[in-house]
Amino acid sequence: MTDLAPSPWQDAALAAAALAADPAGLGGVVLRSSASPLRAHWLDLLRDGLPKGTPWRRVPLHVTDGRLFGDLDLAATLRAGRPLAERGLLAESDGGVLVLASAERIEPAMAARLTAAMDRGFVAPARNASGQPCNANFGVVALDESLADEEGVTPALADRLALHVDLGAVARHEKLQPAFGSADVAKARQRLGAVEAAESDIQLLCGVALALGVGSLRAEMLALRFARVHAALHGRSAVARPDSEAAARLVLAPRATRLPQPEQEPPSAPDPPEESRPEDGAENESGGEIPPEGVVLATAEAAIPPRLLAQLQSAVGRAGARSTAGRAGAPRLSKQRGRPAGTHRGDVGGGNRLNLVETLRTAAPLQPLRRRHARSGQGETRLQVRRDDFRIVRFKQRSETLTVFVVDASGSAALHRLAEAKGAVELLLADCYARRDQVALIAFRGRDVEVLLAPTRSLVRAKRSLAALPGGGGTPLAAGFDAALQLALSARLRGQTPNLVFLTDGRANVSRDGSGGRERAEEEAQSAARRIRDEAVAALFIDTAPRANPFAQQLAASMGARYLALPRADARSLSQAVRESGLAGVPA
Amino acid sequence: MADLYPFSAIVEQEEMKLALLISIVDPSIGGVLVFGHRGTGKSTAVRALAALLPKMQVIAGCRYHCDPAAERRACADDCSLRRGAKQPDLKIKSVPVPVVDLPLGATEDRVVGALDLERALTEGVKAFEPGLLAQAHRGFLYIDEVNLLEDHLIDLLLDVAASGENVVEREGLSTRHAARFVLVGSGNPEEGELRPQLLDRFGLSVEVTTPDDLAARVEAVRRRDDLERHPGAFLKKWKRRDGQLRRKLVAARERLEDVDVPDSMLERSAELCMKLGTDGLRGELTMIRAARALAALEGAKSLDDAQLRKVAPSALRHRLRRDPLDEAGSSVRVERAVAEVFGS
Repeated sequence: MTDLAPSPWQDAALAAAALAADPAGLGGVVLRSSASPLRAHWLDLLRDGLPKGTPWRRVPLHVTDGRLFGDLDLAATLRAGRPLAERGLLAESDGGVLVLASAERIEPAMAARLTAAMDRGFVAPARNASGQPCNANFGVVALDESLADEEGVTPALADRLALHVDLGAVARHEKLQPAFGSADVAKARQRLGAVEAAESDIQLLCGVALALGVGSLRAEMLALRFARVHAALHGRSAVARPDSEAAARLVLAPRATRLPQPEQEPPSAPDPPEESRPEDGAENESGGEIPPEGVVLATAEAAIPPRLLAQLQSAVGRAGARSTAGRAGAPRLSKQRGRPAGTHRGDVGGGNRLNLVETLRTAAPLQPLRRRHARSGQGETRLQVRRDDFRIVRFKQRSETLTVFVVDASGSAALHRLAEAKGAVELLLADCYARRDQVALIAFRGRDVEVLLAPTRSLVRAKRSLAALPGGGGTPLAAGFDAALQLALSARLRGQTPNLVFLTDGRANVSRDGSGGRERAEEEAQSAARRIRDEAVAALFIDTAPRANPFAQQLAASMGARYLALPRADARSLSQAVRESGLAGVPA
Repeated sequence: MADLYPFSAIVEQEEMKLALLISIVDPSIGGVLVFGHRGTGKSTAVRALAALLPKMQVIAGCRYHCDPAAERRACADDCSLRRGAKQPDLKIKSVPVPVVDLPLGATEDRVVGALDLERALTEGVKAFEPGLLAQAHRGFLYIDEVNLLEDHLIDLLLDVAASGENVVEREGLSTRHAARFVLVGSGNPEEGELRPQLLDRFGLSVEVTTPDDLAARVEAVRRRDDLERHPGAFLKKWKRRDGQLRRKLVAARERLEDVDVPDSMLERSAELCMKLGTDGLRGELTMIRAARALAALEGAKSLDDAQLRKVAPSALRHRLRRDPLDEAGSSVRVERAVAEVFGS
């Protein structure tokens, strides 16, 4: 171990070398970075490490299923008059690397099929069930351009990629040196098969994974694989301590769901070294006093990025937001499901469904003309269908509704009736369950606005986070409105229909910058409310004050929300109101 | 093609393995639902079934895997016609039991089958191209992340699974073919829940978690590592175990009909279901069937308390009427009721 912990770039370069040595075995990398010269440099580094002629395929976000998995090439088939298959990108990238652009926006459906292909190492063409499956062993580079607080790559995919590299952490003036030359990588590739790993190494990695709360067993398997590659890169024939440390740092640490706690270390540790820094560990290593888990754990812990820790709470529920099953909400056009809503011209593929009757009907009047133009001896009897004739079915589908509860947990609200507001939210939650809405929960108090629950369909989690909500502090109403609007707009980007439900007494007294002062706070709240109306987000304002409050009514009017005073609201009228405000948000 | 991980080499997860074995012994139980986090070996276990199961006999060339031993049925591929005429071209083939993956986002076309576009456009023939349901006939249909699947697809699947027949009426096609399969769904409950009506249609449900204990995790990683590094030796070792298990399964299937179900056991299961307030009779029926399959696996001649106790959680935990906001796990409630009825 070196005296200094490796810099983010050194780790990134190491990841590139390891991936080049064993792309399919490691599964790949989630490369979190905006499109930048740095990212291009990293990709070049990876590419240089791969042997010449290794397949390298870049997949755009809106690739059709047929292109990715292989399908019947309909246009070519029609032209040739015999079935012509199209080979998929996955099969083409066998033995190489598949680069996924904007991986954070990949549809869960595509991710599911991609991961199934990765698990099985082969891909069967989408349609022609009798077609031969092709080998598809490849490494994935998932280019993740999401911002810090946005959802990243879908967990099902991220789970299968050993390395998670964040180029945002690389210092600006760092020297971008490769970790290993391509000759070293080539040697490592050959040596890899012979690298031994002892039982104790596996134990070490599993222990670290347990301490970090890594749930998936896949992580440990990938960590072991990485440790082997790391050993091969360093010319070792067996996995040694530095290899395990690197695996813990690069593979396990980014997946941590908790900080290691001393009591969760293996009981064999006589002297828990939780305060030992990696440097100390290195010093003591020869003495053998420090149990290996402690040292490796410390390295891993140091590598847990702070942003990750902040995200941990919401991380579990993030995947839920990706479900796109149709629910009542604003209708949107879909390619495959829902009620048929007419046909239109279009190309086959990408999940479009051909309406054969309409296609033939379009082609029919043109037949004599086409026959005349066809070269003699060809297509005399065959129906002449051109690409222009294709008619595809369009479906209308109801999009999912997201109900965002924005709860005022400030001192004034707590005094009045926070408990009752919680009760009201619970009632509404049960209602959302019946309608299969997604829910999210935002609370504001003092100076903070907190998204307690990212959009999810798990109501148990919603209830739990609500029950744990403490009260007290000022009322940063404007900031609460802003956060709700932001969540609503990002839901709309995902194709959901957002509904906002505010539970507050409207007594704003903390402005956006955290300073007190009722006048300014109210002014800001008004302008924030107007922005909600400008974006045409459906909202319901439930006034939790004991007496109807004129300012709250004004706010509700500014945001175009329905106003409802809690004292008069019983369970039925509440759920009725949410339903109606939801309907009001549906554009005619 | 990567080597499939052998079923018997899966570390722990006893409840899941048992539920799958029970559904093999008695496919009429109605499938298995596996809930748990990522990386707990759900997919591995289901995909390993293909290698575990004894091969089945089919009529060669039939796209619907018709069983030569079964009584004659109308088959869309006309293989039974050929069989009826005792024509010499009827060939019988042994094939592995299909384990078909139904990917999230599969279209209805792909699942039920659709007009064969290729033939329609090039030959002008109106032909039916069988979908995944036909492929899964007499085998398993596996849906990962079943809770994220569109509801209309799940409805369709459960309907076909219950009736054993896929009826296609679309795009001018009118056809039907047998589609009997064991439905295996898996998912992560934190990412979304399944409607209670759908939950009830699954025979058994199990909850899997990653093992918390270091030794089990180490063992799981080590075995997977062995498979990657020394596939030959590893597979040889575990295929023998798989073979033993296969013989046990075959024997259990044969014994299944002979397992005696005493009335006292029926009363016990009814009592348990009443205590838990499950709706409908499906809970009792499944529990009895599953217990009988378990008895057959264990080689017992008749059913007793031990088997009922063992399958009760899997058969009942997803059928409890549930307050969506109730936090007490269903498993706990079943266990409590079991302890009351059977005595602890």
